[in-house]
Formats: sequence, C-alpha cells, structure tokens
Amino acid sequence: MSSFLITLAGVVLVTIFGIVAGLFLMGVDRIFAARMQMRQGPPLIQPFIDIRKLLCKDSVVPENAVPTLFNAAPIVAFASAVTVLFYLPLGSILPVGTPLPMVGEYGDLILIMYLLTVPALAMVAGGFASGSPYASVGAQREMVTMIAYEFPLAIAIIAIAWRLAVAGIAMPFSVNTLAANPIWTVAGPLGIIGCILLLIVLIWVTPAELSRVPCDTPEAETELCGGLLVEYSGRNLALFSLSMAAKLVAMAGLSVLLFLPWNLSPLIGLTGIGAAGVDLVFFLLKVIVVMFFSVSLVRVIMARFRINTLVSIYWGWLTTIGLIGMLLIILDGTISIGGCL
Amino acid sequence: MSGKNAPYELPIGPIHPSLKEPVNFTFKMNGEVIEKVDFSPGRSHRGIEWMGMRRNPVQILHLCDRICGICGVAHALVFAQAVETIADVNVPDRAYYVRTIIAEFERIQSHLLWAGVAAHELGFDTLFYLAWQIREESVDVIEYITGNRVNYGIMMVGGTRRDITPDMFPRLEQALQYYEGLFEKMVNLFLNDKTIAMRCKNTGILTKRRALELATVGPTSRASGLAMDVRVDSPYAAYGDLDIDIILPEVYSSETIGDVYDRIVVRIFEVKQSIDIIRQCMKQMPEGPVLAEEKYAKLLLNLKKASGETFARVEAPRGEDMHYLRMNGKQEAPEMWKVKASTYSNQMAWVEILQGEQIADIPIIVASIDPCMSCTDRVAVVNQEGDAGILTKEYLHRLSVEKTRRMEL
Repeated sequence: MSSFLITLAGVVLVTIFGIVAGLFLMGVDRIFAARMQMRQGPPLIQPFIDIRKLLCKDSVVPENAVPTLFNAAPIVAFASAVTVLFYLPLGSILPVGTPLPMVGEYGDLILIMYLLTVPALAMVAGGFASGSPYASVGAQREMVTMIAYEFPLAIAIIAIAWRLAVAGIAMPFSVNTLAANPIWTVAGPLGIIGCILLLIVLIWVTPAELSRVPCDTPEAETELCGGLLVEYSGRNLALFSLSMAAKLVAMAGLSVLLFLPWNLSPLIGLTGIGAAGVDLVFFLLKVIVVMFFSVSLVRVIMARFRINTLVSIYWGWLTTIGLIGMLLIILDGTISIGGCL
Repeated sequence: MSGKNAPYELPIGPIHPSLKEPVNFTFKMNGEVIEKVDFSPGRSHRGIEWMGMRRNPVQILHLCDRICGICGVAHALVFAQAVETIADVNVPDRAYYVRTIIAEFERIQSHLLWAGVAAHELGFDTLFYLAWQIREESVDVIEYITGNRVNYGIMMVGGTRRDITPDMFPRLEQALQYYEGLFEKMVNLFLNDKTIAMRCKNTGILTKRRALELATVGPTSRASGLAMDVRVDSPYAAYGDLDIDIILPEVYSSETIGDVYDRIVVRIFEVKQSIDIIRQCMKQMPEGPVLAEEKYAKLLLNLKKASGETFARVEAPRGEDMHYLRMNGKQEAPEMWKVKASTYSNQMAWVEILQGEQIADIPIIVASIDPCMSCTDRVAVVNQEGDAGILTKEYLHRLSVEKTRRMEL
C-alpha cells in the first residue's frame, strides 16, 4: 500500500515537473530564437500565460468532427508524453528504485521509443477526427514524418545499446545502465566517431519529433494554418501544448541520457536530497544546451522543408549517417572483443 | 475532406495566414499535388474610382496615395502625369528628379517588404525579421523626405509638394551606403541559402512565351526573361536622362527559368539598381522650382478648363501601373478615371504557375508575383443570397450597353 502511495506521489511530482520544465524550456527556446533574430522576445513565463488563457477558453468541436476521438486525442497525447518522463532519469533521480517503484522498473529504451510515437499518433487521430481538409493534410504529413524519422532514431538507440552489451554490461537497454555507463567511456576511438555521427542523427531527429522548423510541415502555419491543430481550441489545445512541452523535455532528456549522462553531485561530493537537487538543475542545464542546438538554432537558420524533401533527407542522409555510425560502433565492438580474446 | 477519392478540394482563403490580402483560391488536389486551380478576387473592393469621379484632380491625387499602401507614390505619380498631359502643365525639371528619387526609395522598401514576406511564406522567419529590419532605413528616409512613412502625399499636379535640397543629400547618401554595405549579405542570404534554393528553384515556372501571352508585367515578366520595363521602354519623370538597364535573371544565374528563384533574383538586384538610380539623380539634379503652379485656386481653375483623354503609365515596384483619364472641360471631376494596377495583369499567371505544384509551395508561389488585391479589385457582387456567383461576359456586356443607353438619354 505504501509503495502504491509513493508511486502515486512520484507520478504527480514528475508530471508537475514535466509540465513546469517543459513550459520553461519553451520560454527559453522562444527567447533564444528571438535574440538570434534580433528581437526582444516574449517574457520567460509567456508559455505559462498562454496555457492559463487557453484553459479559460471554450473548447470548440467542429460540426463534422468525430467528437469522442477529437476530445480523446489531446488527453492521450498528454498522458503518453508525460509517461515517457517516468522512465527517464531526471538528474540522479533514476526511474528504477526511487521515486516510482511500481512503474519505473518495467521500462527501458524500447518502451521509451514506442511511447514517444504515441503523442504523434494521437495528434494524427485528432487531426483526422477534425473533419477539416487542412487537418487531414496535416495528419497525413505527420504520419509520413513519423515514418521518416523513426528509422534513424531506432538506429541510434540500438547501436548504443548493442555497444554496451558487447562491453559485457548486463541489461544494455535499461535506462539505469545507460545512466551509469556513459557510452564515451565504453567505446574505443572508432566507436567515439560513430557516437558523434549518431549524436548528429539524434539532434536532427529531435526537431522532426517535435514538429519544429524545418520539420513543422504537419503544422505549417503559412500553408495549413496550423494543420493538425487547426480545429483545436481552448482546453484541448492547452493539453496539446502541454504534451508538446513534456515531449520537448522527453526528447532532450533522451539525448542527455544517451550522450551526456554525467551528474554533478559525485564531483562536489553531495548526497541525499541536496545531490538530487543539484543534479536536477544540472540536468535542466544539459537539456537547455541540447535544446539550443537541436531546436532553437536549427529553427532559426532554416526554412521549412517540403514533405518529400523531408522524407528524402531523413531516409537518405540521416539513415546513411546513422548506418555509418552504427557500422563504426560494430567495428569498434568487434575489435574490443578481439582484444579481450 | 470530401471522401478519400482524389481529387479532393482544398480551399485557401479568403482569409488565410499565407495571404496578406483576401482572395479565394480553390484547389483540386491529388494527394499533395495540385491538379486544378481556380481563384476569385473581389474581396477587398473599396470603390476608389467611384470616389475619385466625384472629386477634383488634386483631391484624387491624394486618394491615389491610398490605392496601395506599399506603392502609393506610383499611383499618385501616374495620375499626376495623366492630368499634366491633359492640362498641358509644364513640370519643372527638378520636380522630375524629386519624383524619381522618391519612387526609387519606394521600390527599395517595397522589394524588401516582399523579400521578408517571401521568407516568411517559406517558414524562414529569421530572414523575414532581417529583411524588415533592413527595410526600416528606406522608410526612415522616405519619412525624412516627405514627412510620412506611408501615404507620402508628396506628389502634386505640376510637380511635387516638397523639394529635396542639397543639405538633405548626406542623409540620403547614408541610406544608400547602408544598403550597398548590406547588398552582398542579402544576396548571400537569399540566393545562396540551401533551403531557399531547394524550395524556390524550378518552382512555379512561368515560361517566357506564357509570360508574354498572359501579358504579365514588372518583376514577374522580367524573371521569365521578358526585357520590359516602363522606365526604359517609355521613360517618364527623370528616367530618360538616366542610365538604366533592365534587370533580368541573367545578372545572377546562368539561365533564365522563370521560377520563384528568378523572381527573387530580379527583385534583389533591382534594389541595387535603385541605389544606382538615386545616386545618378542626386548628381544630375538641376536647379529650379519643384512646382509649376504654386497658387492652388489658379491651378484648379486651369484643370477645370482642361479637356481630353489620356493614358499614363509608370513602373511601380510590382510592375506597370496604368491610369486612363478623361476630362471634359466643364466639371472639376474627371468624366472617366480608370486605374489598372500591376496585379491585374499578373494575377492570371497564378493559374499557370500553381498547376502541378505541391501544397507546400502554394504560399510562396502565390506571393511570388507580389499580389496586391486591394489595388486590383474593381467589383464586389453581393446578391440577396449573399453569393457572389460568376459574372459572364455576356452579362457584363449587357450591363455596359444599358449604361451607355442611360448616358445617351
């Protein structure tokens, strides 16, 4: 019973953290982008203000929409985006053990990968349920985008886990294993080059996963006036915004987990609550750095892709880069096995 | 979506984020590809011609400033030319140069505004902010010269209302140097950028032949390789004294395709050309007054007596603007005044250049001709059902015949 209560409290806390951190990151991203575009930009709390306002507004359901699906989609999207956070280490707070004993230990990278697709699928369902040509086109584009970026993402995750397995580490897909064994310390020189290539792939997958410029084709303001989200308003739109915010934390957190899992507290020598706090702040800093390079910078320096260009870039270029990275890691792994023998 | 069967219909407009002014497009789509295009303008008619035909020419001149918010001076200039031709006003030479300078600054700000809009349509907001920030300088200079940022109110029948004195030249020169300094950067940002080239090259192609057949004007026709520019073909104001070349895409690219990219090339290089023209004007500007008739009452009296009809045309930033004017010497207001804005000539190119393109390219292709709907719209039909419907040629002809009969009575 008490473990159930702890889990419940953990779920609530992580959800609140996800929302607050996500909206905060969005505010930071907007300020980054604005400064790079020679603008002042909105205040840091603008996303919070927007959400509060959206929550006060009516949710309009269009006449030719499918109401149940239309209303369910934002809830599913938000729930799944937040669920990803339960399985990600937030600083030194690892999912297995504290704070979610009943949820965390069953999750690993494969689950995270699948959970990350659920918000997008929910948006597609909501888009088709809107009964608007703009939303339909947007939903079709979102599906195509998903097909395009899933493969490079899978390559990156599997290659890293495989290298850990070769190094003789048990449960390579487990989040705790990844957090404890940074890939850079495990891989040899070839593997490190491979990892850098995979990092590039992951940085490029992030804007596609989050539907940001140059991969905002499903929403494309000037083409589809918001695409998938065109018919959404009020509470439903607020939920979608929150799921985007949580997904931003999740995606950046995934990059941090795979490539920058270090913590600050062992260096300072802190333990307990203090260590968790310091590491959480450090985690947020790492997330901001990842977000700056994979979201803010990319969206400032590029124009929107056409959907066919997007597919050819992700399937052609990024998959090739990912495969080369994976090949290097495999070579590195084989050499290390040879060395051991 | 009307069923899963292609083609389905995608409406864009009358109000849509990619359209800066209301116009209604209907696309027959096959997946992401456009099969058929139809559009209906007529959503921002303001009846300026009707207002004009109840006012005296000087009042109309200031109404002309308001036909278009961006190329205001072009319409005022062309109307002034029409009135001057009918009333035989001898415009002082200096006024011609002042008119040319202000028209060229207007071209700079209009092209930069367009460049920003184009970048925004491509989803490239950084470039949009940059272009509009650069544009501020030209608007500032226009304010320095005329006192206004838009609706300049500097034109007058028989000259201009304000002079550009030599002590104002340093400020003008400063702006020109600012643009010269930025020109290489602009070329680099707009023409060498990978994503822009990817989206704009071979998109929205208008061949030279079709450009001629559709009677397109301005940068749209020049981008297709038609060497036509009113400033060169039938010089007005001071353009006859100046050394001007027609800007064609060849100035930058090796071949002329007539795509969106070529339209960007033409507009960017016309900014450079405008800098050069303003320099020449400042160098050659003769001494003297800038207004033929200072006394307003006397001017109006002369204009009232004038009779005759004429066409006048100028090269506005978007292309040729043409005014037809007829005055009968009995009343102050003109008997007939017809304004043809450049978009009127260019809009039919949409049907041609949107065919077979993707949804993603609709915004940039629509914007590529730099449309100005409120300049173009001449009629708004609302019947009792509130439906505009389609007016056939026969119906319009019958209306014209009926009106002629009424006038004869």
